Amino acid sequence: MNIPYLPHTDEDIRRMLEVAGVSSLDKLFSDIPDSISYKGRIKLPSKVSEAELRKELSLLSLKNKNADEYVSFLGGGIYDHYIPSVVKHLAGRSEFYTSYTPYQAETSQGLLQIYFEYQTMICELTKMDVSNASMYDGATALAEAALMAYNTNGRKKVLLTGVFSPETIEVVRTYTKNSGITVETVAVVDGVTDLNSLKEKCTEETACVLVQQPNFFGCLEDVFEIEKLTHVCGALFIVSVDPLSLGLVVPPGDYNADIVVGEGQGLGNEMNFGGPLLGFFAAKKEFVRRMPGRIIGETVDKDGKRAFTLTLQTREQHIRREKATSNICSNEALCATSATIYLAWLGREGVREVAKTCASNAHYAAQLITKNPNYKLKFSAPFFKEFVIETNQSTEVINKALLFNKILNLIDLGRYFPDLKDCLLICVTEKRTTQEIEQLAEVLGGVK
Amino acid sequence: MFPAELKYTKSHEYVKIEGNTGVFGISQYAVDQVKDIVYIELPKAGTELRAGSPFGSLESVKAVFELMAPLSGKVTAVNEAINASPEAVTKNPYVDGWMVKVELSNPAEADKLMNSADYQKHVETEGHH
Amino acid sequence: MELIFEKTKEGRKAYTLPEPAKCEPGVPDKYLRRNLTNLPEVSELQIVRHYTNLSKRNIGVDGNFYPLGSCTMKYNPKVNEDIAALPGFAKLHPLQKEEDVQGALKVMYELEDMLKEVSGMDAVTLQPAAGAHGEFTGLLIARAYHNSKGRTPTKVVVPDTSHGTNPSSAHIAGYHVVTVKSKDGNMDIEDLKAHLNEDTAVFMITNPNTLGLFEKNIEEIAKLVHDAGALMYMDGANFNAIMGVTRPGDFGVDIMHFNLHKTFATPHGGGGPGSGPVGVKGHLAEFLPVPVVRKKGETYSLDSNLPKSIGKVKAFYGNFSIMLRAYCYLRMIGCEGIRKVSEMAVLNANYMKELLKKHYNLPYDKICKHEFVLSINTFKESGVRALDIAKRLLDYGYHPPTIYFPLIVDEAFMLEPTETEDKETLDLFVETLIRIKQEIQDSPDTVKNAPLNTPVKRLDEVTAARNPVLKYEKKR
Repeated sequence: MNIPYLPHTDEDIRRMLEVAGVSSLDKLFSDIPDSISYKGRIKLPSKVSEAELRKELSLLSLKNKNADEYVSFLGGGIYDHYIPSVVKHLAGRSEFYTSYTPYQAETSQGLLQIYFEYQTMICELTKMDVSNASMYDGATALAEAALMAYNTNGRKKVLLTGVFSPETIEVVRTYTKNSGITVETVAVVDGVTDLNSLKEKCTEETACVLVQQPNFFGCLEDVFEIEKLTHVCGALFIVSVDPLSLGLVVPPGDYNADIVVGEGQGLGNEMNFGGPLLGFFAAKKEFVRRMPGRIIGETVDKDGKRAFTLTLQTREQHIRREKATSNICSNEALCATSATIYLAWLGREGVREVAKTCASNAHYAAQLITKNPNYKLKFSAPFFKEFVIETNQSTEVINKALLFNKILNLIDLGRYFPDLKDCLLICVTEKRTTQEIEQLAEVLGGVK
Repeated sequence: MFPAELKYTKSHEYVKIEGNTGVFGISQYAVDQVKDIVYIELPKAGTELRAGSPFGSLESVKAVFELMAPLSGKVTAVNEAINASPEAVTKNPYVDGWMVKVELSNPAEADKLMNSADYQKHVETEGHH
Repeated sequence: MELIFEKTKEGRKAYTLPEPAKCEPGVPDKYLRRNLTNLPEVSELQIVRHYTNLSKRNIGVDGNFYPLGSCTMKYNPKVNEDIAALPGFAKLHPLQKEEDVQGALKVMYELEDMLKEVSGMDAVTLQPAAGAHGEFTGLLIARAYHNSKGRTPTKVVVPDTSHGTNPSSAHIAGYHVVTVKSKDGNMDIEDLKAHLNEDTAVFMITNPNTLGLFEKNIEEIAKLVHDAGALMYMDGANFNAIMGVTRPGDFGVDIMHFNLHKTFATPHGGGGPGSGPVGVKGHLAEFLPVPVVRKKGETYSLDSNLPKSIGKVKAFYGNFSIMLRAYCYLRMIGCEGIRKVSEMAVLNANYMKELLKKHYNLPYDKICKHEFVLSINTFKESGVRALDIAKRLLDYGYHPPTIYFPLIVDEAFMLEPTETEDKETLDLFVETLIRIKQEIQDSPDTVKNAPLNTPVKRLDEVTAARNPVLKYEKKR
């Protein structure tokens, strides 16, 4: 019986058993007590051929409505940005994707250099001093940043200001709750941080203030004021950003952020139904030895030739075990590789252009949609590529009408925020054509 | 071998006692064991240390060693220079390579530490493991 | 090699973008970025050359035998990559309506079912992104369970052979860590007994352990752990050794994680993404992270209504496209292949072990599972260490085994061939190690100076750690 991916012929098995000094394959497991041996055959489906698998899974994939076939205005952290062909062709090279973590630097220079380039690009975008080589996603990166703040200054209160996705808040709570940390939120007014509430809540017990820019509603927070209020209390200022926004929007390094994290999926990675994603993590130089995750450094080999290596490894679990700065081991390296190639493709000008295009498209969409009296912008704060509209129509009916017109559902904020039950979050990337935007406005306008 | 004017711990720290002040560092033996020191984490001035408890750590590329306080007291000075060049510790751990100065809260604890001769014996037995 | 930044020429561009809508970007002046980034300015061909050339400075399973112990570097089937790239899977947004992603939910639901069946666990979450993430999740579940019983034990017990992530995850989950000694390659039961008491929340075991040996007293261990009121966690990194032969759920494990990127053939990606699903026994199912996938009739849904859930450990549902690859792998090998995979993995390891033990020191000379550990401590005279042999293997085109782990073996050299390697490959590898042994006798410096044929030679890691250079800075 042919089992795929197993090269052994019957003759191989016979000869190898002989060398191993074991009389049968079953005897290889003679150290496993009979009382716990599994009798019979594991109840999995029968094996299928590659042709059958491909056919079945292709058909199954058609049961999903995808963003190639439908038009997507979905955002909220995961974005349908264009992925240039070079990304898949290069990141898809199997010297990269079938390799392990680059512990053997001499034969891993390719990936080590890419991660070094990645760290440089993240620092360029955020204007921070140092970056690690990736985290699981933006939410866990934020949670680890909060833990790092606590480990740095020993303060036990984490303050979330502005608007985060409910997913993100839950992850931060799950990560921090066993360290004796309390997580508090700050009041929101008109879609952004209520600075008075922040001023009241930020005290000398606050380890860090976390803000997302632009926030989950797409609104730009007054990060300059938030920074002042944070640092006055001696807390660390942690900013979560949409990395592509930084082509246009002021980078956190310019307003004195201590740690910058975010979700980097939009940098050349597919949405993949929410995973894998790409968490990035950057900080001021003084915090480098407290950072979680792998870090790559430049050095020389013994002939003096430039070379790259994993460095500052004493922070990590394989050396410091229970005293490590984080338990992270596997990260999202391949997503970081894709991000590096993507950012090289965009380059200095392109990253600004793509951000500007998103912003222009989003503002065009907002103007067009709100021409109809049934829709208005919920918040007055400036925004980047996402915005919230309030409607007097049924959001359910709206989403049905959109789907009928081959547009995917909009994010119904009422699902997460009881006071926003007639509100929809709309995201417009550079991929959305003027025609698609006009069609969205038209379908929305037609809902009765 | 080991300077006679110093007192030593089993974990290879030394203390130089000058009146009410203790100067902490690590012995030449410890330096030789770690080989390439890449980073030294030290407490801030004002930190209260307890004899036998960690006050910092020493890192090579792939290992971390805790530094144990020989005596109790409050840190009054920290040798910041050694982090810019850990070679200072490697080259002369007793002079340029000192780590912290401590205002001793219980100098009598020093009676429990080893003198250089006892420390020499301790190192020799440890080396035979 | 030059960095991509060093190939920059002002004004050069690779990108093309659609025309923006005729509308101002609308971001107020105070929020605008003042200066452009220093991202590279290069052509598309320059990018292609650069990263293609970098790929030549890297090795992976596709090109090279990669017997890296504890990492299960098996072949990553190509068809899985093709399926994961289908737009109907790759281009799905996690906040689409459930009725619009039924195919994706079906994959998740059925993968959970298959993992349950293979492991004997009763419920599975696919949310964790990696093994360490799974450990953290499992420990939070254990904590929630104890709390629900009105108990607050404070410590986690781990063997001295455990992966570094075990104690590290325990610490982040808020536990103190206590280590149990090994004896003759297995757990020292007496030492375990001494560490188990009412304050023990979890005992974390890896079975087979990181020496590649099955803990044959596992039933007794499980009883001791449970009698102390603790839960038994299994690190599933070594699950490739026992599939279809025995099931953790049947030998007393309450919680375990799977490494889809090890056992279930998904690529390691140069360090990630992985996927670390967690399986639990029935009494712990109510604590799993939300949402969980449900099936009613032929309809799948996501259920977040678990009042006792630990919450969320990651945004959305986990690394879906990795799960999808593992799903494809399991469908391809099927019920007929699952035990065969472990049999061949164990056969390959024992075959190599028997051939090598004549030439190298094998501290635990008994039947092994999917991996075994040599001790490179017999060349003290020439001063050759495990690291040197590892580096010399690079010259011969091999990725070396895991070295200096587990910590209890002097100069550890841990080999895991995996089941996808053929006999000829193993034979050649063994011959190479024998040749290296000869080199140690004839010209030890060749080995100590290795590698000689790689893109770079041994690195100055001391300087890298002392004065870290962590990004490129343009010389002005």
